Amino acid sequence: MWILRLNMSDLSYRLEEVPAKYQHLGGRGLTSTIVHDEVPPLCHPLGPNNKLVFAPGIVTGTPAPTSARVSVGAKSPLTGGIKESNAGSSWAQHVANMQIKAIVVEGQAKGYHLAHLTWDAASGKPKVEFMPANEYAGKDLYEVFPKLYAKFGDKVSIAGTGNAGEFGYGNSGIVFNDMAGRPSRYSGRGGMGAVMASRGLKFIIADPKGAPGVVIKDKALFDEGRKKLIDALRTHDITKPKGGLNTYGTAVLINIMNEAGGLPTRNFASGRFEGAAKIAGEAIFEGNKKRLGKELYNHACSPGCIIQCSNTWHKADGSEHVSCIEYESDWSLGANCGIDDLDDIGELVRLCNAYGLDTIEAGTTLAVAMEAGIIKFGDGKGAINLMHEMGKGTPLGRILGGGTAFAGKAFGLTRVPTVKGQSMPAYEPRAVKGIGITYATSTMGADHTSGYTIAPEILGVSGKVDPLSPEGKAALSRAFQATTAFIDSTGHCLFIAFAILDIASGFEGMMEECNGVLGTNWKSEDAAKLGAEILKKERAFNEAAGIGKEADRMPEFMKYEPLPPHNVVWDLPDSALDSVYGEL
Amino acid sequence: MRIHVRLFAGLNRYVTNKPSGIPFDAEIPEGATVEALIRHLGLPPDEVRIVFVNGRAQPLNFALADGDEVGIFPPIGGG
Repeated sequence: MWILRLNMSDLSYRLEEVPAKYQHLGGRGLTSTIVHDEVPPLCHPLGPNNKLVFAPGIVTGTPAPTSARVSVGAKSPLTGGIKESNAGSSWAQHVANMQIKAIVVEGQAKGYHLAHLTWDAASGKPKVEFMPANEYAGKDLYEVFPKLYAKFGDKVSIAGTGNAGEFGYGNSGIVFNDMAGRPSRYSGRGGMGAVMASRGLKFIIADPKGAPGVVIKDKALFDEGRKKLIDALRTHDITKPKGGLNTYGTAVLINIMNEAGGLPTRNFASGRFEGAAKIAGEAIFEGNKKRLGKELYNHACSPGCIIQCSNTWHKADGSEHVSCIEYESDWSLGANCGIDDLDDIGELVRLCNAYGLDTIEAGTTLAVAMEAGIIKFGDGKGAINLMHEMGKGTPLGRILGGGTAFAGKAFGLTRVPTVKGQSMPAYEPRAVKGIGITYATSTMGADHTSGYTIAPEILGVSGKVDPLSPEGKAALSRAFQATTAFIDSTGHCLFIAFAILDIASGFEGMMEECNGVLGTNWKSEDAAKLGAEILKKERAFNEAAGIGKEADRMPEFMKYEPLPPHNVVWDLPDSALDSVYGEL
Repeated sequence: MRIHVRLFAGLNRYVTNKPSGIPFDAEIPEGATVEALIRHLGLPPDEVRIVFVNGRAQPLNFALADGDEVGIFPPIGGG
């Protein structure tokens, strides 16, 4: 296994044997450890001393189900702290199959270049060729991806950055291909696209031809674990074929969050949106059925996924408009902007994909612009225009591209829903206290995936607790954050958690898969401990970057502005927030 | 008493001509529970995972009152 270093300053590369201390790491555990060990915490995120790290998970590239995740890490230009942002794509498997544990991008090139990564059978090692990529800069990614496939072949996979990254936006993701070659799978959060573009790196093209695959130390144990996990995913009501995720996609959450009074609406002014039913996953399913004349079930974002939750939205004439309208995108560009038209939401998602923007940060920023009166809430066409301003880098577009906190400051607003500079996603923390604790304390800034207490608070997965009660929520968030840091290291999609938190043998299966690959002897109860070690490194980086516990706080307006319909404020004491990491 | 009901994520298929998420009224006896409402609507009990009454999740034995708004969900997840 290798660590591949790309030196953009002289366009050279180096393969290093994986040091002993990194051998049991993967995904988030590896990106966060390398950033912690190698990036000066006080460096400028877009300057020469930041590093961008890609790492497939521990079991990525093996036949483990739903495991094609790649973590992307660096110091974030959005938060100023450490960032791990992950995505599902064949790219992750291709890199893993070349026996690369991590790609570390260092230095800065003049102009844009791409790295063509292939397997060199003669030397038995991966090989990199750098090529000029200026011709792809400033262009729509839907236009560029087909050109890359034409040049490098349709079997390759692509990681890249779009216009948003080139402009250095705090809101800029790293794009990966989906299974149909769309530029639609994103490590969206935290400005990783700008970190990539500021290295002078536009794309990494991975060609898996001849790659030997991932070494599995104990095949029998791996297979046993894999079978247990597959059984859990196939039987759990949420993850099974034609279950909730496969039928309605992640946007099935719109209605339940609305019902719970926790769907942030019009820049976090209410927990209910009157247009919720019109934009929900059910409406996407029914809308497609009407336009296509048949039922359309969802597809996998990456090979080997058995949950298959990615949807496609179709135009009135039945042609494809966009994939994928995820819950978070549907919410941020829909309910949170007061927009109830799926065609407008679909176009906004498409433009985020085209320009390289994070859909969550884009929607929350548009909502802040609406609050400031730049356009009105509910103005879908106006929102589409503002998205083009971002993509084209107009002066207003650059203010919006800086992200929600930056735009809120530029517009002189107090109602700005961010923590550590990153905007909140699709769950109202005043109405769902546990997720609020995660937003406040996560090393990532406001991030639902880093400690998804929504499972027990709203969905009745892994127990049932009252979302409006603060009781036990610090401990709940801590446990979720630690376990998540481990799952994000395995290479499995976090959605396996729905099944394995309810089905113990599934959890055991995940651990056995890892043990099979690595030769470790981890038990289920080790997951949270291993995750906690990752969180401690992330926390240490943030503290050294000047982001301590004083930053683990909610925006002030949530403490004095009651949220309808439950008319609740954020009322947890700071001591509860401090206990999350204080007692880790 | 009259209950305002909304069914989500496919549960509406058990009740004739009711689109997902659009409210309709159900007449049930005074003091009936959530469980009785589910029976009244003809929903398969093992497909019901979460029931909200006026925006709060409630157990099956929760006693309903006239005018309550009830939202019923099968197991779902996302994020």
